[in-house]
Amino acid sequence: MENNKLIQRISNFLESLLLIDIFKGIILTSKYMLFKKSVTINYPYEKSMVSYRFKGEHALRRYENGEERCIACKLCEAICPAQAITISAEKRNDGSRRTLTYDIDMSKCIYCGLCEEACPVDAIVETPNVEFSTETREELYYTKEKLLSNGERWENYLKQKMQELAVYK
Amino acid sequence: MPKIVINGSEHEVAEGLTIIQACDSLGVSIPRFCYHDKLPSVGSCRMCMVEISGSRKLVPSCATTISEGMEVKTETPEIHKARKMVLEMLLINHPLDCPICDKGGECDLQDQTYRYGLDKSAINVVKRAVEEKDFGPLITPYMTRCIHCTRCIRFATEIAGIQELGALGRGDHTEISMYISKSLSSELSGNLAEVCPVGALTNSSYAFKARPWELISTETIDVLDAVGSNIKVDATGLAVLRIMPKINDSINESWIGDKSRYIVDALRIQRLDIPMIRINGKLVKSSWNEAMRTIADKLKSLQGSEIASLMGDFVDIETAFITKKLFNALGSDNIDCRFITNSAENNVIDVNFDVEDRGSYLFNTTIAGIEEADSCLIVGSNPRFEAPILNARLRKRYLRGGFEMAVIGEKYDGNYKYDYLGSNISLLQDILNGKHPFAEKLKSSKKPMLVLGIGAFVGNNSSDIVSLAKEIAIKYNMIQDNWNGYNVLNTSAGMLSSMEAGFVSKDKKINADSIVSATKAKNIKLLWLNNVDNIDFDSLPKDIFVVYQGHHGDKGAARADVILPSNLWLEQDGTYVNIEGRLQRSYQAVPTVGESKKSWKIIRKFAEYVGVDLKMETLEDLRKQISEVNPRFASMNFAVAEFKKDNLSMNFSLNGDVKSLITNYYITDIISKNSVKMAECTKLFVKKTA
Repeated sequence: MENNKLIQRISNFLESLLLIDIFKGIILTSKYMLFKKSVTINYPYEKSMVSYRFKGEHALRRYENGEERCIACKLCEAICPAQAITISAEKRNDGSRRTLTYDIDMSKCIYCGLCEEACPVDAIVETPNVEFSTETREELYYTKEKLLSNGERWENYLKQKMQELAVYK
Repeated sequence: MPKIVINGSEHEVAEGLTIIQACDSLGVSIPRFCYHDKLPSVGSCRMCMVEISGSRKLVPSCATTISEGMEVKTETPEIHKARKMVLEMLLINHPLDCPICDKGGECDLQDQTYRYGLDKSAINVVKRAVEEKDFGPLITPYMTRCIHCTRCIRFATEIAGIQELGALGRGDHTEISMYISKSLSSELSGNLAEVCPVGALTNSSYAFKARPWELISTETIDVLDAVGSNIKVDATGLAVLRIMPKINDSINESWIGDKSRYIVDALRIQRLDIPMIRINGKLVKSSWNEAMRTIADKLKSLQGSEIASLMGDFVDIETAFITKKLFNALGSDNIDCRFITNSAENNVIDVNFDVEDRGSYLFNTTIAGIEEADSCLIVGSNPRFEAPILNARLRKRYLRGGFEMAVIGEKYDGNYKYDYLGSNISLLQDILNGKHPFAEKLKSSKKPMLVLGIGAFVGNNSSDIVSLAKEIAIKYNMIQDNWNGYNVLNTSAGMLSSMEAGFVSKDKKINADSIVSATKAKNIKLLWLNNVDNIDFDSLPKDIFVVYQGHHGDKGAARADVILPSNLWLEQDGTYVNIEGRLQRSYQAVPTVGESKKSWKIIRKFAEYVGVDLKMETLEDLRKQISEVNPRFASMNFAVAEFKKDNLSMNFSLNGDVKSLITNYYITDIISKNSVKMAECTKLFVKKTA
């Protein structure tokens, strides 16, 4: 028993004297640094891959002929748990049912995606965009124009997304 | 009283009921599409099938009467299977456009499919499409959604009495349509959207505006006519979106008139929303303080006898009472409310009701009482325009048969058959003397009734007509125990409510006419008008100071020296009296517009400016004070009164005609005047009938 204790002490002493743990660490670090592929990316110059299911900034889509998809059924407004959506509707001159205003308070939104799920015509969708920070709160009150322009910007991606997710619907 | 067993528990129900009626009265729910408790049942939808003892097959509960000892089961696997089948069949052709359908969220088909239906259909065929139809400005049809329950057809033929709607074609090609393509001409057509169990017939003024789950409902009453229909006001936030009937079997059953339903678009148009003062001949915006100060300054130089007040439409008891109290405190007794405001003419037409004699100006038979009557004489009235809900009761009674009706006055299309006797007053004399053939019918009937329209009270010979009518009522035994057949059909809830509040002068010589002529003679120098727009303002001297208290800007506001904007009846609590003398509370449904205030509060505030203590702070105080004067108001009870039989004049000048007053149902007052829908209807319907 006495012997064992002594050996332990000597080895501890040698380890700390020769900085063995430090070298171990340096070796591990340099293994990753020099030989393995880096896992972090150089944001904002590089961006990572995002799933189709990612829920980011909202957008309102249009049909291919340019007609708005949204029919003012207000199901998104009804299901929104944060009550961030406000819609007012009216009969348009051609007799069709369309929104007059479609507002989302992005500062209230919790990005749960229930609006997207509730929508019967795939009009309100969430794009992968998360870079929409603003300087003022007012800029986060999205109007119909803003949402429709988002939809135009992301249409190609959204079309793909809908095709990709169609099997799960 | 037969005993029946429903789902294992025994109940005693009234005789002659159908199974569905018995279940409804016991709170057992049975799904249905074609059955409606106010319409005759046809048993066509097969949704209400139930299992009864002694029958191998399921039976439709709406078409099977109960019998002693019947055992009814409403929730067995077999019934559920039958319901599933019915729904699957209905959904073969029903489009799945619930997201854009106005009925979505309160649709019978949607709810019942959710509860009983399948989530998938085995039938995949191209859905039927139906051509668009034109049902006029009030109803927007989407006939592809129709499930052919025929409720609308039954409503149109039975209740509204228009034989224009029917089912054309057979089987898959059945279409609900007008026989001849034209707009529905009925004052009750708005109820079609109400009876439709799906979104096939929809309310055009509510199109796409809201969803049922975002609406806040307030149950209140309608004051556009004097019937006092119970209504449900649906609003979101600031605006009233639609008005629907609330069931009250003693007044309006399940229906309301189109005017009550479609004036929604006028509630926020042309509103007075800020106090105004006339400075150098021009009305300028002002503050409450300044406006009241201006009136108070003017009052300082005037005697009590030099001021007068008139009450118009939509005035509630509270406002009339507090205004009377203020004017009495100021030493004025020049007050009146008994004149026609909702006429096309431009001057005050006095009707001279005796406020003490309640029986002489109310509809004493009561609206529900019409169903007991067996003969009816209508004098100077067009109930179809003056009170379409009451007209529907007359039709209901007429359809049951054994109901003799006759009309003296102007001819009208009443949706029922009546003897048109003519318009001369001498006809009344003939009936009184028993010379007229209709006198025999009155004599032989057990419960005769007489309806005097408001048209009988205007004109030079009105006192003759009224005296003759009273004589007829006495002679033909219209007033018995438990039966009072003498009726006056008033058209203004404001007038009736003001009379209930006692808003008349103690001096019987003072009435609206005398007040207006006193202003012309410059004996009255300040005129306080509450919603009165039908005075001949052009002939009013320029230096008369006019205060206009009201909610819609029109002739009265244009002439006013000070405008005090008050709330609409939907924006404040109040109490109204209907034609039967029934007291009913109305409740605030929406917040007010701009700076306008509750009408009783305006008077209360103004009293401070003239140093009068009215001894009230809240509406409860005010109501307590009214209760002290008027015991009916305290109990909110209504009792039928008899008219006083003394001082009937017996010297008749039997000349002239009896006329009815309202020729256009759609525009009768300041609110309906501002409604776009009502203007459309006037354009479409009124010229044809006139």
